[in-house]
This record gives sequence, C-alpha cells and structure tokens, in this order.
Amino acid sequence: MGALSSSTIFRKVAMALSGLFLMIFLLQHFLINITSVFSADVFNQLSHFMGTNPLVQFVLQPILIGGVIFHFLMGFVLEWQNNRARGTKYAVFKGSANASWMSRNMLISGATVLAFLALHFYDFWVPEIKHKYIDFLPEDPNRYHAELVHKFEDLVRVLIYVVSFFFLSLHLLHGFASSFQSMGINNKYTPLIKSFGKLYAVGIPLGFAFIAIIHFLNH
Amino acid sequence: MKLTLIIWRQQNASAKGGMQTYTLDDVSPDMSFLEMMDVLNEQLMGQGIDPVAFDHDCREGICGSCSMFINGEAHGPDRLITTCQLHMRKFKDGDTIHIEPFRAKPFPVIKDLVVDRTAFDRIQHAGGFVSVNTSGNTQDANSLPIEKQAADKAFDAAACIGCGACVASCKNASAMLFVSAKVSQYALLPQGQVEATDRVLNMVKQMDEEGFGNCTNTGACEVECPKGISLENIARMNREYLTANLKG
Repeated sequence: MGALSSSTIFRKVAMALSGLFLMIFLLQHFLINITSVFSADVFNQLSHFMGTNPLVQFVLQPILIGGVIFHFLMGFVLEWQNNRARGTKYAVFKGSANASWMSRNMLISGATVLAFLALHFYDFWVPEIKHKYIDFLPEDPNRYHAELVHKFEDLVRVLIYVVSFFFLSLHLLHGFASSFQSMGINNKYTPLIKSFGKLYAVGIPLGFAFIAIIHFLNH
Repeated sequence: MKLTLIIWRQQNASAKGGMQTYTLDDVSPDMSFLEMMDVLNEQLMGQGIDPVAFDHDCREGICGSCSMFINGEAHGPDRLITTCQLHMRKFKDGDTIHIEPFRAKPFPVIKDLVVDRTAFDRIQHAGGFVSVNTSGNTQDANSLPIEKQAADKAFDAAACIGCGACVASCKNASAMLFVSAKVSQYALLPQGQVEATDRVLNMVKQMDEEGFGNCTNTGACEVECPKGISLENIARMNREYLTANLKG
C-alpha cells in the first residue's frame, strides 16, 4: 500500500474513483431536487426518507463527506506536486494551443465549486443538522419543500448558485471522460463516454440552475 | 525576413540564466529553424559573443535531440514535427520569437537551450527492454505470428523518439506519454509478456523517483508529440500498472 500511495498512477486512479463517486451522488441529488419543481409532496417524501434513514444519515453521508474532502485535498496535493515538477517557469507558455481551458484549470473550477459547497452546506446542511441533532426539533415530513423555496427567494443567492453551476459544468466537462482515461479505459467506447460526459457535464448543472431559477421566479 | 529573437541564455548548470534579445536580418523562409540558429550563432561569434548552445544531431526528425520551446510550444507552432523540421516560412517578417529550453525539474539546463534528458535513459534502463539471450539461439521474430492490429499499435508506440516534448508541453511536466509508449511497445507483443509485470512497476517507480509531475489528461502531450503517440498508451500503461499491482 505504501508503494501504491506514492505512485502517480495510483493517485490519479484514486482521484478518478472519488470523482466518479461524487458524480453518481450528484445525479442522485439532481433526481431528487428536480421533483421539487413538479411536486412538493414527492420532494417532501424523498427528502424525509433521505433525512431520516439511518443508512443514509450515518453511513452514506459520512462516506460522501469523506469523498468530497478526499477529492479536494488530493486535487490540491496533485497541483502542488505538479507545480514543483516544472521548476523554472516558461517565459511564454501557450497552453491554449494544445489543451482545453477546462483541462488546464481544474483547480480554478474545483476551488469555485468548493467555495460554493461551503455556502451550500451553510444554507442547507448546517440548519438540517442543527434541527435534528442539536435542537432536537420534532420531525415535520412536510417542511423540506418550503425550506428549499425559501432559500431561492434571494436573487443574489440564486445568481451565486447559477455561476457556481457554470464552474461545476466546466469541471465536469474535463473530469468525466478524464476519470475513465485515468482508470485505463480508452477503447472503442471512448467516443461514447466522451459524448455522454459532455451531456452529463452540461445537463446536470443546467438542471440544478433551472431548479434555483424556477423557484425564484415562482415565489 | 527580419526577426527579433528572445533566447534563454545560461552559462552553465549552476549559473543564473535569463532571456537575451537578438535581432537577425535576412532570414530566408526556406531555412529550417536550426539553420536560422546556425546563422545567428555565426553572427554572434563574429561579434565575439558566445554562441547559443542547442542540441541537434540528425536534423531529419529521427534522433529527438533538438529540444527547443518556441513561442510557448515544444518544437514550435506546427504539428508532428521536431524543431529541425520546422521551417522559417511558419513565421512572418518582423516576428518576435521566444526560444527557451524544455522546462522540467528532471530536465536540468546544462547550458542555454541544452537540457539533460538522461532521466529518460534511467527510466528505460529500469525496464524498457526485453531480456533475450543473444548467444546464437535467438528466435527469428518473424516466426512468432502477431495479430496485425497489435503489431501496428506496438509499432506506433515504438515510434517514440524520447525527445521530451511531452514533458515540456504538459502543464504538469508529466512523462506519462513517454513511459507509456515504452511500456506499450512491449505490452502489445508476445516477446514482452514475460517481464510485463516487473517492467511497468519498475519504469513507473523510476519515473516517479525522477520527479516528473502527475498526468491530468490535458492531452497537450499527444498534440505536441512529433511522432503522434496516442493517449491510448497512457490508458494501457495505467491498466498494466494496476494489473501488475494486483498480481503483487
């Protein structure tokens, strides 16, 4: 394990696996949130299940938070190591000539998403934990939709969310297909993976932005 | 053409270097880039200035010696070529050209534009070979039937000339394209199977010890590679490496 943890390839595979795990979570998060646009009851039922199920609360949630922390810490470690590997910087470096902006700036898009996550946790996760595990308030299965809509009554918050989703999209546009390449998957299915990755990278953040905007417009 | 050349000058490995500006008149668009450098050096020597040191050997895109970073790109603004195959017709009269050595911590500058790329040799020594008894009992390679597709891919990987453009172009100074080409050319052939596990483990270990960066799949290496080595090789090396670790 020691040899593995010091290997560049192992670090990349770990980054890819944590990224894929977070992308699966993101899809699940989106599928639940989109119901808030169509049915307050369905959204409340799903949110109540996720908020009270012990498996979700005490097993999946810590794994998810661990995955987020690992992905970001590893991202910063890789960036630090990569900067060291260059040594003296070039006077002129034309990165745009041979690589996309997204692939060259994963730290910028990732750090923006990280900053957004801090706000998102402050908006939803912290009040939820306080409600359940600090104040021990009685559980109301119908409170979730109203709380969600209330958050998106603020235009500034909606704008911050939309900009963050744009950076999330940039991050995923490189990250999705890149994670398969890191795991050694580059074959006849790669064009399909890249196409699906683009669809996912644009579709999911766009969907999240749609949810925030529609609740703002409807309040 | 009249050109302004801004070139990295460094007296030796331990000296502090810097960019120096020179002007060069009457550059023919038919000259190769290295011929232009030869003309510059003649001019500098005539002025009593130390000529610019740069690597070159075959001057036909095979040896991989010429290692310049020209206007922000390894081997300059063209594709599938080395610097010796770059011609001055790619530039315009009055252009300013920045010329720097390949930059990476494992490629220290020896002088001016010459860098020490023996890190690549050490990676090769770690496993980029097939141990064959050559005492007269060597089997004829043609007696081993090899699927055409595998043979073609192995040959494509073997086209790597170890120039280091992949490292120079990568924003992380990663050597994964070079190492993966050397791993792949054997991984695809039956002759390479016996030592496959040790090869990939030892070569990746050496690559990491040399201090190259992590691959972040930007694809810059593939674009700038003069021999068109594909990213597919990096994925293959990753598979080989993970499999080798599972085998223990």
